[in-house]
Amino acid sequence: MAAIEMRGVQKSYYLARALDGIDLSIEPGKIVGLLGPNGAGKSTLLKLCAGLIHPTAGSVRVLGQEVSLKTKARTAFVPEIDTFYGWMTVSEALRLEASMFADIDPAEVTELLRELKLDARARIAHLSKGMRAKLKLVAAMSRKADLVLMDEPLAGIDPPARAAILETIATRYRPGEQTIVISTHEVLESEKLFDDVVFLSGGRIALQGNADQLRVEKGKSLNEVFAEVC
Amino acid sequence: MELRFDESIPIYQQILQGVLWDVAVGAVEPGSRLPSVRELSKLTRSNPNTVQRAYMELERMGVVETQRGQGTFVVGDPSIIGEVRTNVTSSAVRSFVEEMRRLKYSDEGIIELVREQLRNTRGLQKENPAQEPCESGTEMVQRTTGELSEVIADGRN
Repeated sequence: MAAIEMRGVQKSYYLARALDGIDLSIEPGKIVGLLGPNGAGKSTLLKLCAGLIHPTAGSVRVLGQEVSLKTKARTAFVPEIDTFYGWMTVSEALRLEASMFADIDPAEVTELLRELKLDARARIAHLSKGMRAKLKLVAAMSRKADLVLMDEPLAGIDPPARAAILETIATRYRPGEQTIVISTHEVLESEKLFDDVVFLSGGRIALQGNADQLRVEKGKSLNEVFAEVC
Repeated sequence: MELRFDESIPIYQQILQGVLWDVAVGAVEPGSRLPSVRELSKLTRSNPNTVQRAYMELERMGVVETQRGQGTFVVGDPSIIGEVRTNVTSSAVRSFVEEMRRLKYSDEGIIELVREQLRNTRGLQKENPAQEPCESGTEMVQRTTGELSEVIADGRN
């Protein structure tokens, strides 16, 4: 059973076509890089899987079922722009998350806050961009979600925070059980994290495959392959 | 373990090579425990599945063994060092020789290049005692030409 299965998916926003005929199957138990320049359709693809938007045509199946409340309960979506309330503290924001998702593990929350050096009493409005990015990660990785969809988790934050985020993903990921799809154009830093990669360009799949196999076939890093195909 | 990666080469291969080198130079001893998959994936910021794949390959090669619930260990038999050294050395020499042949050097030419390089770097070698237990460049040349195979047999100075 594929973690994500898309057949002939199209998505248009009024006249603009964001995705143009996507056939995609993502194997479960892997960390997958969804790579492409801005406007390639990465966010649209992730939002379709998260059930936040619906396809104009085609079908999207997640964890073996049509996208529904059931699949949403097992999916963690990390939006590029967080939806936390500035007036809340970190711990209040995480309690709000816990009220929406039954699978949040409070012990994991405490552990992740410590690991990422986030103060539970800090007010969201006072957090730096890097800290807010880390908080999004805490909310997603403290859940027992079978599918984690991260939209540009590295965008616009400084190198140490990016390193901390990549490290947390590598260590919190449950190998073989969990599927993580990460959209990014910061390929250089993140490419060691991927089992498989999907390159998106202009709403279509430009190339996909196993990361190490592509390195062998092309004799190039994924970052160089990115420059070639996107 | 060397933590810099060349992203144009399969990551699992580089992790595998890193462990082999560590065993070859004695940085990890026979019978010692390797970092857990999670530890190494944190250290290298790479995918735990990739680390696992490298460990499985090392196990298949007979270099490490997994003990249930305890972790992954370099096999206890001290002869593993020699075996791994031979493996690492011959693959380094092979790729060097292949590259020189692509550059159209004759066998004698290759050996002369190595001699010259050894002469030019002799001073440096002495200042760097860390290299002492390793096979010397001269021995590598002898290995490639097959002149003194008995010297190399134990893989030591």
